[in-house]
Amino acid sequence: MSNYTINHLRELESEAIFVIREVAAQFDKPALLFSGGKDSILMTHLAKKAFYPARIPFPLIHIDTGHNFPETIEFRDRLVNDLGVTLIVGSVQEAIDKGMVKEETGVNASRNSLQIVTLLDTLEKHKTDAAMGGARRDEEKARAKERFFSHRDEFGQWDPKNQRPELWNLFNGRKNNGEHFRVFPISNWTEMDVWEYIKLEEIDLPSLYFSHKRKCVERDGVILAASKYINLKDGEEVTEKIVRYRTCGDMPITGAVYSEADTIEKIIDEIATTRTTERGTRADDKRGETAMEDRKKAGYF
Amino acid sequence: MDLKNTQLLRFTTAGSVDDGKSTLIGRMLYDSKSIFQDQLDAVELSSQNKGFDYVDLSLFTDGLKSEREQGITIDVAYRYFATPKRKFIIADTPGHIQYTRNMVTGASTANLAIILIDARKGLLEQTHRHAFIASLLQIPHAIVCVNKMDLVGYKKDVYEKIVQDFKEFSSKLNIKDIQFIPISALEGDNVVNRSKNMSWYEGSTLMYLLENVHISSDYNLVDCRFPVQSVIRPHTREHQDYRGYAGRIDGGVFKAGDKVKVLPSGFSTNIKAIELNGIEIKEAFSPMSVTVRLTDEIDISRGDMIVRENNSPEVTQDLDVLITWMSENPVFKRTKVFVKHTTNECISMIKDIKYKIDINTLHRIENIEQIEMNDIARISIRTSKPLFVDSYNRNRLTGGIILIDEQTNETIGAGMILNKS
Repeated sequence: MSNYTINHLRELESEAIFVIREVAAQFDKPALLFSGGKDSILMTHLAKKAFYPARIPFPLIHIDTGHNFPETIEFRDRLVNDLGVTLIVGSVQEAIDKGMVKEETGVNASRNSLQIVTLLDTLEKHKTDAAMGGARRDEEKARAKERFFSHRDEFGQWDPKNQRPELWNLFNGRKNNGEHFRVFPISNWTEMDVWEYIKLEEIDLPSLYFSHKRKCVERDGVILAASKYINLKDGEEVTEKIVRYRTCGDMPITGAVYSEADTIEKIIDEIATTRTTERGTRADDKRGETAMEDRKKAGYF
Repeated sequence: MDLKNTQLLRFTTAGSVDDGKSTLIGRMLYDSKSIFQDQLDAVELSSQNKGFDYVDLSLFTDGLKSEREQGITIDVAYRYFATPKRKFIIADTPGHIQYTRNMVTGASTANLAIILIDARKGLLEQTHRHAFIASLLQIPHAIVCVNKMDLVGYKKDVYEKIVQDFKEFSSKLNIKDIQFIPISALEGDNVVNRSKNMSWYEGSTLMYLLENVHISSDYNLVDCRFPVQSVIRPHTREHQDYRGYAGRIDGGVFKAGDKVKVLPSGFSTNIKAIELNGIEIKEAFSPMSVTVRLTDEIDISRGDMIVRENNSPEVTQDLDVLITWMSENPVFKRTKVFVKHTTNECISMIKDIKYKIDINTLHRIENIEQIEMNDIARISIRTSKPLFVDSYNRNRLTGGIILIDEQTNETIGAGMILNKS
């Protein structure tokens, strides 16, 4: 009987597909939150496999901060076109213009926390009752306790003390009016699993993830892309560096790493020997030890 | 592409802070080099701030704000590490009695349980509880780690007395595979590296066991069970007549050409193809997600089950169940609840509460009126439509149910279906 085993990537794939199919079956208006990062690209790949040869039966939602890398937007539009799926864009710029939120000021100004308002607004407008995301439990300590089906109250808030236990394959998506769910089908994947799977399935990624030349500014040990969204401090200068990105958030807060890795194989080798966590390059997590937990409670991804 | 055959092993740890559980997990992550430099820096800094003269490995598993304040783990946290041989998922659960529900949750998907015993204290109530839950949830393998051996002078007789006591207790339980190891999580003895302090111990290290325990027969490969999740109908020009049944295999091995029966209709047909993403799969078994196509057009929907003709689950509206109660509100006879089983769900009623089990002594407490949070009790349930069930002993996936509150929609109970006797 010992032949009846599957490799860990196939097991994680099966688990994620099961969860995605549960979401499509249990909810009226599910959607997939798409950031343009590798995890959400992986999610669209899994969703495609889950329903093939039918099309993905839910839209993608992209919360556009207006501070995206141009490569991300280009990639997003191509992918949407290839999959034949609907794209909903929630604009942070629009929320700022309407006065719904107020932009941060100062040198480290970011639109990261402004996304929460636009996200909740977009979900409400489209009556989304389950928003799937590509968050993983290995990313950050607040996420280590997240469920696959994460219940949110009518204010979109997460209460870590009041989560539903999840047993076996049984996911409880029942809810009252006005409540919704966040669902994380790739909860159990690690950064390494994601890269190995991308290699196995030959999934296309934006060029940002591979080594390239870029104009950068170094601030508090984080290498940030020089762009019109970033205000230089005294003594800071823009220099050209050979870098790549391990995660892909907004331009002003996503740090690059020095890297010569220009193929998936080289990236996997690099991760196998690297000594810092993936979110170690994120300026948004450096705002305090519980930065992620606080944002999650308020309704962050 | 060439794929290394790295298996995934899911295990649970249960214990209180005092057992050294967090230190053990920290030790495994640290010695297997799964800890990143920035995490190590943060933990070194907080150890210093607390005035410790060593790096407190338990801080690696420290979770949410409220837990750090109270210094206890209040929920299931999941940790990940890998060695060249296997990938590991740890369901790290607290061990206090009020967290039985979390232990049960972590145990439901585990291949293996690590049960920690403090060498200075021997078997405690808590040890009994952990062993009982491992047995109740039918975790296929258990490793009993006698920890803090450094504090008892690494003495063989201390270890052997505890092993003897545990064996005596566990003879009343149903755990198929139990192994014992003397360790010190703090000093690293027999966790990843062999201990130089206990040359009398000739068994394996904990990590060796985790990497080598045989898990391929942990799933049921005998009784074919395929609960239908949804029907795939593309309605496109290229796939006009395509009809596929999406789902995850809950038991047995399915192949194209197999003669199958669909429940509840009872219609027989053959499997035309098993596929995923348009690529054909020769043999499908647990835990694979696939799409199944049949030779005949039969009316099938979510909640139906495809099985082999000569091997059916029980089709029944009466369930005899061991239940773990997870809600703060107690439950009484004749309460209505939703039952969720495989991809099926229906309104049901708790018809009878037979007894509850004192999980420390394993004694039955009869004549009870209500079940409270963290109780384990035997009840009978009447469902409003037939379910297709196996006993939990035979198949954890088709033998497990959850109960959902009709009003709040919270998950309030986890049940294991018993053999009809």
